[in-house]
Amino acid sequence: MKKVTQISIFSCLFMSLLLTAISTSAQNIKPDADNAGLSLPAGFAALKVADNVGRTRHIAVNKQGAIYAKLERLDNGKGIVVLKDTDGDGRAETKTSFGNYIGTGIAIKGNYLYAASNKEVFKYALNATGDIVDENAVATIVTGLMDKGQHNSKSITLDNAGNIYVNIGAPSNACQEKDRTKGSMGMMPCPILDSAGGIWQFKVDQLNQSYASGVRYATGLRNVVGLDWNNQLNQLFVTQHGRDMLNNLYPDLYDTTISAELPSETMYAINKGDNAGWPYVYYDHFKGKKMMAPEYGGDGKKTVDDKFINPAIAFPGHMAPNGLLFYTGNQFPARYKNGAFIAFHGSWNRSPLPQEGYYVVFVPYENGKPTGKWEVFANGFSGKSVVKNPRDAQHRPCGLAEGPDGSLYISDDVKGTIYRIMYQK
Amino acid sequence: MQRIFITVVIVLLCIAGASAQSSNKLVAASAARGKTVYLQRCMVCHQADGGGVPKLNAPLDGSSAVNSTNLAKLVKYIVKGFNDRVEIDGEFYENAMPAAADLTDQQIADVLTFIRSNWSNKAGPVTALQVKQTRSKLK
Repeated sequence: MKKVTQISIFSCLFMSLLLTAISTSAQNIKPDADNAGLSLPAGFAALKVADNVGRTRHIAVNKQGAIYAKLERLDNGKGIVVLKDTDGDGRAETKTSFGNYIGTGIAIKGNYLYAASNKEVFKYALNATGDIVDENAVATIVTGLMDKGQHNSKSITLDNAGNIYVNIGAPSNACQEKDRTKGSMGMMPCPILDSAGGIWQFKVDQLNQSYASGVRYATGLRNVVGLDWNNQLNQLFVTQHGRDMLNNLYPDLYDTTISAELPSETMYAINKGDNAGWPYVYYDHFKGKKMMAPEYGGDGKKTVDDKFINPAIAFPGHMAPNGLLFYTGNQFPARYKNGAFIAFHGSWNRSPLPQEGYYVVFVPYENGKPTGKWEVFANGFSGKSVVKNPRDAQHRPCGLAEGPDGSLYISDDVKGTIYRIMYQK
Repeated sequence: MQRIFITVVIVLLCIAGASAQSSNKLVAASAARGKTVYLQRCMVCHQADGGGVPKLNAPLDGSSAVNSTNLAKLVKYIVKGFNDRVEIDGEFYENAMPAAADLTDQQIADVLTFIRSNWSNKAGPVTALQVKQTRSKLK
């Protein structure tokens, strides 16, 4: 009897080791024949883990390779989807869901899953297999955050010192007295910054925190959707959506071409107390300068040099950087390690010019700094060579996550496709 | 007598035809002017194809409100802007629509005539008089 038990324990262990090996080895997984419709650098391959999952915003992958996706529209009354590959072919065979709220942010740290609605942040315990212990045993760690529709999505990331960082987007384009209205001046000082337009820091182990108990960690950030804690540098990084409508609001100062390219979309390395300058300034990557916003006396030429932080890197306007991930895996070639992937959701504010973005970019890093050059890493999500109107895009990249084997996962919030990118020599 | 009657009918038909033709021309001219207003003031958000931006800016193409006979509502959206979080044809849109109160009655009539007859929309034209009447009742 004892021997039988020993044998069965041994074979169980062996089987689970085998299963783990199958589910984590990207070398053995067959990619889609068309690489899931994506164009990738040489040596990379892609597959669709799942399709039609819902409006999947950000995603997190546990140590076992299961994917947790946050939905911004409930699917059968649920807002978080769990996808599992049970046979090691890279595709999800099972889909379960829980959580009765919509939202964007989701993250796993240690043995906990954190998920955000548009007002709150929730915490769930994970067990040894990476599953939710009890979906009803949910702790509300943050509550009462601003949700006025515009820029209401909350993204989250965690450091290694027991803190969670939450973006609170400004419900405004440029803090005008009347939002997006021609001739309306910018409010001075911008009152929105007291409760939005920045990153707030909270404790992971305290309940029902809000503005009074949190720390405004950084301000002057109009609408951050991508944020990630860089463990190599032990620093917060964020990607900001720059302001819209320079040409519409100030046709005499900005023509449609300039207005399509400016302001830059920006990534910032954040230190506690930083101010990135919204709504008073915007960034111009052609000049490499912070520019005074026209609502605050700017004319397209006046620069601001003496205050506000500079971006770590800047991109063409309106491309909507929705996902940020510093790659720490060993599966991809060495140059990718500690560099940044950014998922650009794609523009709308470049018309009448063609839209841009709708792809995932890689930003190489050397010695803790971006080299200054960025490159398109994964393209083809939209299914169009040129996107003229946003509704024509079949897929739009939104969230990024790294799997336990170093695969890169990308979510799409149009059709709910989850992509997996692998390096296969 | 019969001949006179036929002549009168023919003359009347000609007049009706001519007035319909000139009315069509007026509508076409209004829509053409409306397109200019649309490109300058509306397109950046509602897009060249009238499709809007998913989740941010509501589409005009195929919109039940745009194609409805409730002109007062449409005129109000333009003059007063729109910032209510309501479901529009099954979707929510995040961005506020700014008021365009500087547009004249004629410009609003023109842009509505353009929007209501463009893309897949097939609703009737709007006149400056109609805009004036509904606009005067707006609070």
